[in-house]
Amino acid sequence: MMTILIALAALGCLTLVLAILLIAANKKLHVVEDPRIDTVEAMLPSVNCGACGYPGCRQFAEALVAGKALPGKCSVSTDETRVAIARFLGVALGAEEKRVARLACAGGTNVARNRARYHGVKSCQAASLVSGGGKACFWGCLGYGDCEAVCDFDAITMNAFALPVVDVDKCTACGDCVEVCPKDLFSLHPVSHRLWVNCKNLGQGEAVLEECQVACTACGKCAMDAADNLITMVNNLPVVNYSKNHHTRIPIQRCPTGAIVWLDDQLGAIKGTESKKIVRKGQRRAGIT
Amino acid sequence: MKTESLWYIFINASLINNFVLAYFLGICPFLGVSGKKETAMKMGGAVTFVMLIASICAYGLNALLIAIGAPFLQLISFIVVIASTVQLVEMFIKKMSPALFRALGIFLPLITTNCAILGLALFQTNLGYGFLESIIYALGAGAGFTLALLLMAGLRERLDFADTPSVAKGTVLTLFIAGILSLSFMGFAGLGG
Repeated sequence: MMTILIALAALGCLTLVLAILLIAANKKLHVVEDPRIDTVEAMLPSVNCGACGYPGCRQFAEALVAGKALPGKCSVSTDETRVAIARFLGVALGAEEKRVARLACAGGTNVARNRARYHGVKSCQAASLVSGGGKACFWGCLGYGDCEAVCDFDAITMNAFALPVVDVDKCTACGDCVEVCPKDLFSLHPVSHRLWVNCKNLGQGEAVLEECQVACTACGKCAMDAADNLITMVNNLPVVNYSKNHHTRIPIQRCPTGAIVWLDDQLGAIKGTESKKIVRKGQRRAGIT
Repeated sequence: MKTESLWYIFINASLINNFVLAYFLGICPFLGVSGKKETAMKMGGAVTFVMLIASICAYGLNALLIAIGAPFLQLISFIVVIASTVQLVEMFIKKMSPALFRALGIFLPLITTNCAILGLALFQTNLGYGFLESIIYALGAGAGFTLALLLMAGLRERLDFADTPSVAKGTVLTLFIAGILSLSFMGFAGLGG
């Protein structure tokens, strides 16, 4: 009988003390959060893509309320939502130019050779582990569509030549494809950056064309003719200086292989009129010719 | 009071009698949070932290229970005290260090009532450890848990790229690996005499 009483008393005291402690702590240590954070978070798209530079929508909402960021940073929301958030918080919209993911490779199966057959898991990340994948061009797109799989917004589709095509309207510039590509072919650019170097091949000379017919051979014509250092050659690749006047189509006419293109919303990538025309619809044969 | 060296206690808790791979405690987070090395590391840190708190609480509480002559209340009171202490610590962290709270935040409530924590509290009282020994034991157990989780996460990250038979994909394969890991940890038996 005594033991039961001791047990009851001990447990009763214990739970009582703990309960009082917890209640006191809840009162004392209560963290006051701005109720606007919840409201703003509910207005955000809740996809936690990270395009705004914050880990998720919640953190972005906190930054918005704290005044550290502007609603325009969210590239996933519709214009109405961004305006609604800006009005709710009484801040400026902070509209930014739309950015999209751009691929720096044009080496589809019709123009680029394979030097080996790869039979492993159909994933670029896995294929690139096996001496860089089967492509003859070490820097080129492997075409297994890791970017297509990782895109949460269905903005990337693989075309008939196993190259990813970005739907500019659907792309939110979240950067998932930039991260997943083992060849680092994607980068985020404002849509106004239309002058585009469509190659990452660091090789030099005509031998490069054995690997891929539309590769940059590092001839340097674009850089030599470019006004005001618009284009410079860095590591055998032309680099466009977008702080200069890049709204000119002249450089695409200089490129003999069509590695420099003008990205048009309707027509896609436009090559120079002098560049080689490639009409092959099938796969380019492997091996040395 | 046992006369084991502190170093032996640490090795014993982390390798020889690894909580996950030898005692099979804390299997839920072991299978659940071992997908990525980064989260595994955070989870391991959180578990070690909670184990340390639980160990200190259990030591004090045990002394109290023996004093009032009711050591049979160990199990039930350990649960209550550990759960509420972790709650308290969670509130404290949320107030004092929001950065730490964000890092540990999701994991803390997950592990408060985990069997690995309760197991630690019961084992250390059964083994008759003193205060310092209890703390070392908790640190060892936490390190062992983190090690098991990290090994598992590393293996699973590699497995994502492996061509495995479709029947063994997912949980099945994870359990296979857990079994093999456990077998290999049996090899530590006898280490340290």
